[in-house]
Amino acid sequence: MAKLTIDGIEVEVPNGSSVIQAAEAAGIEIPRFCYHERLSVAGNCRMCLVEIEKMPPKPVASCGMPVADGMVVHTDTEMVRKGRRGVMEFLLINHPLDCPICDQGGECDLQDEAVSYGRDASRYAEQKRAVSQPDWGPLVKTTMTRCIHCTRCVRFTTEVAGVAEIGGTYRGENTQISTYVEKALSSELSGNIIDLCPVGALTSKPYAFTARPWELRKTDSVDVLDALGTNIRVDARGAEVLRILPRLNDEVNEEWLGDKSRFAVDGLKRRRLDRPWLRENGKLRAASWEEAFAAIASRIKAAAPEKIGAIAGDLCDAESMLALKECLTALGSANLDCRQDGAVFDASRRAFYLFNTTIAGIEEADALLIIGGNPRHEAPVLNARIRKRWLAGGFAAGLVGEAGELTYPVERLGAGPEALRALADGTHPFAEVLKAAQRPMIILGAAALARPDGAALHAAAWKLAAQYNALRADWHGFNVLHHAAARVGGLDLGFLPGAGGKSTTAMLNGGVDVLWLLGADELDIKAIGANTFVIYQGHHGDAGAARADVILPGAAYTEKHGTYVNTEGRVQQGFAAVLPPGDAREDWTIIRALSAYLGHALPYDTLEQLRTHLAASYPVFGQPFARLAGNDATAPAGDGAALAAAPLKPVYANYYQTDVISRASPTMAACVAAHSPAQAEAAE
Amino acid sequence: MNTQPEPQSFAFDEIAEPLVAAAIGKYPAGKQMSAVKTLLDIAQRQMGRTTGSAWLPRAAMDSVAKRLGVPPIRVYEIATFYTMFNTKPVGKYHLQVCTTTPCWLRGSDDIVAACKHATGIEHFGASSADGVFTLTEVECLGACVNAPILQVNDDYYEDLDAARTEALLQDLKAGKPQPPAGSLGGRASSAPASGQTTLLPASGSAE
Repeated sequence: MAKLTIDGIEVEVPNGSSVIQAAEAAGIEIPRFCYHERLSVAGNCRMCLVEIEKMPPKPVASCGMPVADGMVVHTDTEMVRKGRRGVMEFLLINHPLDCPICDQGGECDLQDEAVSYGRDASRYAEQKRAVSQPDWGPLVKTTMTRCIHCTRCVRFTTEVAGVAEIGGTYRGENTQISTYVEKALSSELSGNIIDLCPVGALTSKPYAFTARPWELRKTDSVDVLDALGTNIRVDARGAEVLRILPRLNDEVNEEWLGDKSRFAVDGLKRRRLDRPWLRENGKLRAASWEEAFAAIASRIKAAAPEKIGAIAGDLCDAESMLALKECLTALGSANLDCRQDGAVFDASRRAFYLFNTTIAGIEEADALLIIGGNPRHEAPVLNARIRKRWLAGGFAAGLVGEAGELTYPVERLGAGPEALRALADGTHPFAEVLKAAQRPMIILGAAALARPDGAALHAAAWKLAAQYNALRADWHGFNVLHHAAARVGGLDLGFLPGAGGKSTTAMLNGGVDVLWLLGADELDIKAIGANTFVIYQGHHGDAGAARADVILPGAAYTEKHGTYVNTEGRVQQGFAAVLPPGDAREDWTIIRALSAYLGHALPYDTLEQLRTHLAASYPVFGQPFARLAGNDATAPAGDGAALAAAPLKPVYANYYQTDVISRASPTMAACVAAHSPAQAEAAE
Repeated sequence: MNTQPEPQSFAFDEIAEPLVAAAIGKYPAGKQMSAVKTLLDIAQRQMGRTTGSAWLPRAAMDSVAKRLGVPPIRVYEIATFYTMFNTKPVGKYHLQVCTTTPCWLRGSDDIVAACKHATGIEHFGASSADGVFTLTEVECLGACVNAPILQVNDDYYEDLDAARTEALLQDLKAGKPQPPAGSLGGRASSAPASGQTTLLPASGSAE
């Protein structure tokens, strides 16, 4: 630790910190453009100048200056102010004065600092430089004339995203931040460079010229387009969600957000279900809530309880799943499943289906075995965390399955489960890596669980974790990487077949007479029995709604207060940013109303009552997040030897369109067209 | 203008290959990136040797990146930064006129004019119609003592004036080989232009 004085405030920071970090610890803000806590230090904007006593009498860039014991720093002297004013003047020489038409206006670091350090008039009478605008794909809009060459985007793509595509080309006044060979950025995290850009050089293409930041109503929420539970801020104006930005949470997403989660917002305005629909003579017609409820009630009353079933989809909040579960239980049915992918595995203990190491815990691991997943597509922010761990050194990763390119080197151990056998009996060379590791971790992709031999893979992966000492009191190295935001919540509250109940597969093919799909679209819709009466409750007119006999319009995640449990078992709540469109309602209220209509009124009338009930029935929803210890090594049920030979395929062939919201989004469609033209053609 | 098309592929030839191996071999494993400028130079010279235009097409930069195991953008950054790497085709003779102060004081404006006159090039950065010459303005070449300087490919021609420049370029245009590098004013090395003034044979000595 080093003790130093900054503007008279004494502060103690770890050795190796920079002066700017020490100032932050002392609560003093130093202006900066190129410095960013999560990126390497470039030291090229020179805005963070400070004066340090007993140093050569010139300003020092505080971002690159390591602290020393006894240092006395001044951040607001005449020399510092003059230095910063000079830097500002140089930066503004070539920066256009186009703030009125710049999308960064109102949230621009350069604009803000110009208030403190800018001159009132320019002394520069020459021509400003102009730079051409390269096309970086459908997400990031470039106006490189505004670029001040801070290189944050270069460092982010190289270091965090692991896709080195942007660089600083040419030199001096001709410097350009560019890809040199014009192309769309191929990272799933590319949207973050928009947040990082301190000026208006990189802005959001779909959001261009849409709104000013001060017009927006900001609501904290949780992302549901992957299972990471990324903390987000929903910016809305009126009834419209305009954009989604990440919030800071070091435990989950640091400050990053995947492109799908950020840019699929325009899907929230399209193909929406805004009123109930009823199928009559094979055709859907608009109906009233009363008519829809009457149709449902007549069918449910006519059906035997064991012929009623419900499947919850990937985007559901815990409240609506609990309400639906209790509604079906009241009707006497145990046919429930939150695993619309048809997975059947032992979910009797939380440790069997959580990402037990935790996302932040990845940074403590020293070896990684990925079985049948593609973290880059299923959870890009988590993948960035793995890359961060790899960059720190002393980390080896192996992959069983057919995942595409990841952003860190992985040893490909084989496409099929035979590699697991070789690892289990120690004949595979990678077994030595796992054996030598102090904190090995195994990530089992949720797609593997949906295979016919899912339970066997589940048991085999667990046994590998036990065998390689990944299950200890101080370390839990067994992880399931889910890709559905609703999955862990559903498993936690037991949205699973009860005693004698049917699973997803059993409910299809006429297994039930009445099937309630709660936002379930990614199942084999064609396999639903021809005579099954389908209730689709959800927010988008997608596969489920097309098959439905009654459609109940629900709310999307930005339109309801919801509780979600992420893949590591973290319970988080999001708030409603806007109202659901038209006649649509928050999902739990629909179920509550229908339960009363059916004569089994659920015992809660407000969200608070429902949440109290939820926490009382399932204590994990009321407890603070804690890592599980791995001391109970009892394996999940499943014959670890009954593995099929088929290769382990990742769940998504296409990162950009995976759920009803992203499929409805024109921006995501443009991404598909830019990155995999073959897929875009096939979709047409 | 030289309108050489962008080649689709590039591979180091048998002359370049041993040089590439030697350059990479100078650095410890994992630090091959240190050889990037050497490899770019080898590639540019190979282009000059095989196509008559010493430049770096994208394919050549990509092949350097591949050889070094780095993302191509890291190579583009370096190739575009250094003025001695040509990312556009150049003529057989790349004329680089120094116009920094010492050369300028010694008449580099005349040299520029002579270059333009002899080659028909209208402005810096352009190539002659026959594709033989490309004219570039460069900063100090570090030979101020013999200013003004014109660099033709790898060679410096010093003590120039308009007439000498014109004659040199006409010879090159006519296909004559490049004269030996150095002063075209007849002085040895950087000795005084008016002849030796020191270390003369002893005279008037006691003998």
